[in-house]
Amino acid sequence: MQHGKYRFIVGFLAAPLALYALFVIWPFIQSIYYSFTDWTGLSPDFRMTGFDNYARMLDDDVFWKSLQHSLLFALLLPLVTLGLALFFAFMLNVGGRRRRGAAIAGVRGSSFYKIAYFFPQVLSIAIVALLFQFAYNPNDGAINGALKAVGLDGVQPEWLGDPGLALWCVMAVLVWSTVGFFVVLFSAGMASIPKDFYEAALLDGAGRFTTFFRITLPLLWDTVQSGWVYMGILALGAESFAVVQIMTVGPGGPDYSTTVLPLYVYQAAFRDGQAGYATTIGVALLVVTLAFAAVVMRVGRRERLEF
Amino acid sequence: MGSTSAHNNEGLGRRDLIKRSAALGLISVPTMSFLSACASGDSGSDEKVEKGKKTATNPLAVNESAPLEVVIFDGGFGTKYAEDASAVYKKNFPNATVKFSKTQKIQSVLQPRFNGGNPPDLIDNSGAQQMDMGVLVGKNQLADLTPLLDAPSIDDPNKKVRDTLRPGIVEMGQFDGQPVWILYYAYTVYGVWYSQTALEKLDATYPETWDEMLALCEKAKKKGIAGWTYAGKYPYYLPFSLYPFIAKIGGREVLDAIDNLEPNAWKHPAVKAAFEAYYELYKKGYILKGTPGIDHIQSQTAWTQGKALFIPNGSWVENEAAKTTPADFKMAVSAPSSLDASDKMPFGTIWASGGEPFIVPAKAKNVQGGMEQLRIMLSEASSKNFTDSVKSLTALNGGTDGLTLTAGLQAGVDALKKAGDNVVNPRLQDWYVKLQKEQIGVAGLGEMMAGRLTPAEAIKKIQGFADAAAKDPNIKHYKHQ
Repeated sequence: MQHGKYRFIVGFLAAPLALYALFVIWPFIQSIYYSFTDWTGLSPDFRMTGFDNYARMLDDDVFWKSLQHSLLFALLLPLVTLGLALFFAFMLNVGGRRRRGAAIAGVRGSSFYKIAYFFPQVLSIAIVALLFQFAYNPNDGAINGALKAVGLDGVQPEWLGDPGLALWCVMAVLVWSTVGFFVVLFSAGMASIPKDFYEAALLDGAGRFTTFFRITLPLLWDTVQSGWVYMGILALGAESFAVVQIMTVGPGGPDYSTTVLPLYVYQAAFRDGQAGYATTIGVALLVVTLAFAAVVMRVGRRERLEF
Repeated sequence: MGSTSAHNNEGLGRRDLIKRSAALGLISVPTMSFLSACASGDSGSDEKVEKGKKTATNPLAVNESAPLEVVIFDGGFGTKYAEDASAVYKKNFPNATVKFSKTQKIQSVLQPRFNGGNPPDLIDNSGAQQMDMGVLVGKNQLADLTPLLDAPSIDDPNKKVRDTLRPGIVEMGQFDGQPVWILYYAYTVYGVWYSQTALEKLDATYPETWDEMLALCEKAKKKGIAGWTYAGKYPYYLPFSLYPFIAKIGGREVLDAIDNLEPNAWKHPAVKAAFEAYYELYKKGYILKGTPGIDHIQSQTAWTQGKALFIPNGSWVENEAAKTTPADFKMAVSAPSSLDASDKMPFGTIWASGGEPFIVPAKAKNVQGGMEQLRIMLSEASSKNFTDSVKSLTALNGGTDGLTLTAGLQAGVDALKKAGDNVVNPRLQDWYVKLQKEQIGVAGLGEMMAGRLTPAEAIKKIQGFADAAAKDPNIKHYKHQ
């Protein structure tokens, strides 16, 4: 029964495609168009300026700094977050001592840890950022308080007030708030790996280390890869904007030490009244994000494993 | 068990999922760019309400039945004062409907409306999300308020509104030349804020010279109290006492040159002397530890808790810090101390200027109504209401008779009296927001006061920023008249 098949498909696809075009594709085209204008965002009149905005961007120190920080976020955050999440997930699902004949088991109390890890995911990123902003307060914040409590009175960093530390502080918060999600994601992935593999490995006398690198990781590779893309995009976009905007206030940390691309877009559009220039940086961000996804897809390509 | 890849007809495989999630992520990333891109191009309808009849009680010829829309920034002063004034408008024009709304997000709420050509009739363009006035003026989005200034005041029909205002208010509303675009409603006294009680405990009075200042800080340090603190994350609070200090040392012209973005304006010896004096506070350990990492609220709280003696701030601090201020705090403000005998201006030279900028959009439907509302707010009754409820002065000169003023407010009034004509009004913070806050404030002064730049390096860096701003064709430039 092929009769009318295409009409049927087209009928169903037309509406979502139209919506997609209207709300996704069209704004993209609009943004790119505006990046060639001197639109202020405060008045409907503007004129075309050709590549002026792009020339200006390439000559803008703050842009390069933001780009550098954004790239650091995109490379380092997935590495740390996914690494930690893999370790935790492995310990929770496979790494425990064997009990009651089970071939594989998590460490003791693993179901509790799973909830504990996932908990930050329930909080809005804005709340997380605010909480940590208080924790990082050099005078009466929890972190310096803890340092004092263990006798480290001499070590009282200014955290977010120190250009050398501020970026790392912000990254740590992002890791803290996202790692739980990946623990759960990887746990789900590990649950679908057949138990016989582990039993076989066990019979061959493989330790935890070998089990992880020879069985778990290769079979989990696709999940890790999608996690990488997801985390990278998170780190390039909304989440990094939220934590930087809330925690380091002002223009992105002391001496621009934490400014990131989305924050710079926001500031140019909504503070400086230069929406045209902001869309130019937005286009740069788009290019970076696309490039990031492409690279991860290419580098991460592996032989497909069937099981 | 499934497969890691999708076979034909087997539905969604993981690899596809990756691709889709990547695509999904991609569309969420440049949200900002299309958020800002959504409302442009709409030229808007220029429908204005018809003018009413000009009478003695209605000098601006307000259409008595036209609706009025007011949007007020809901910040440190709240919005009650403006609501009260709206009630008066409603009473004067019973046939008009007044739509009153408040927000903290002035820009995100109003930017699309400016773009669409249907802005409200009166706006308090204030707060962290203030719309850039320079851009609004440059793009002809604001109405000229000259008719309001030339209208008779409510309290005395023989006096123009213009003549009832505090010095500097009209000038502040101008950008290069005649029209007056902005009416600053509040009047802020900036300077060195302190607690009279805390000084008394140390057997001290406010130090009128820098040597006394250093001596007092040393004395406080011995008792475990810091001399100064400031909003470390917003170091652009430092200029509130630093700029008048510079003017005091080198004369007003130094600040004017800085405002005008003249080459080498920051290299004036007065700037260097002032920077070095402040840097000395850091060097000698008179700044509260951890200050570079705290924000304005946290620094004010540390100050009201008695951890530091002095804080550069504006007169809103009394209202803002009210919750943490002990009853016996006796808040006071003073002009910066003298550096030495060769200072060009006398002790008492202070920075005072308008705050809470009110604007009437050029494309508002009821421009006259917006101005009339401002005229009502500038009456003595409304002004007293404001001063009484939020402990701050208004642009209306005087108008505090018969009110019991709080300690801080009284100190502000006294400081103004002492300053007399020696009130300076640096304009960087309303002319060049980014330069003032982010570049001079955070990247320059903030770094210097945290000890990461020497005064000479800070000056060089700031001069570089100022030169770049002077050259930037995307920024509209202004000069003192």
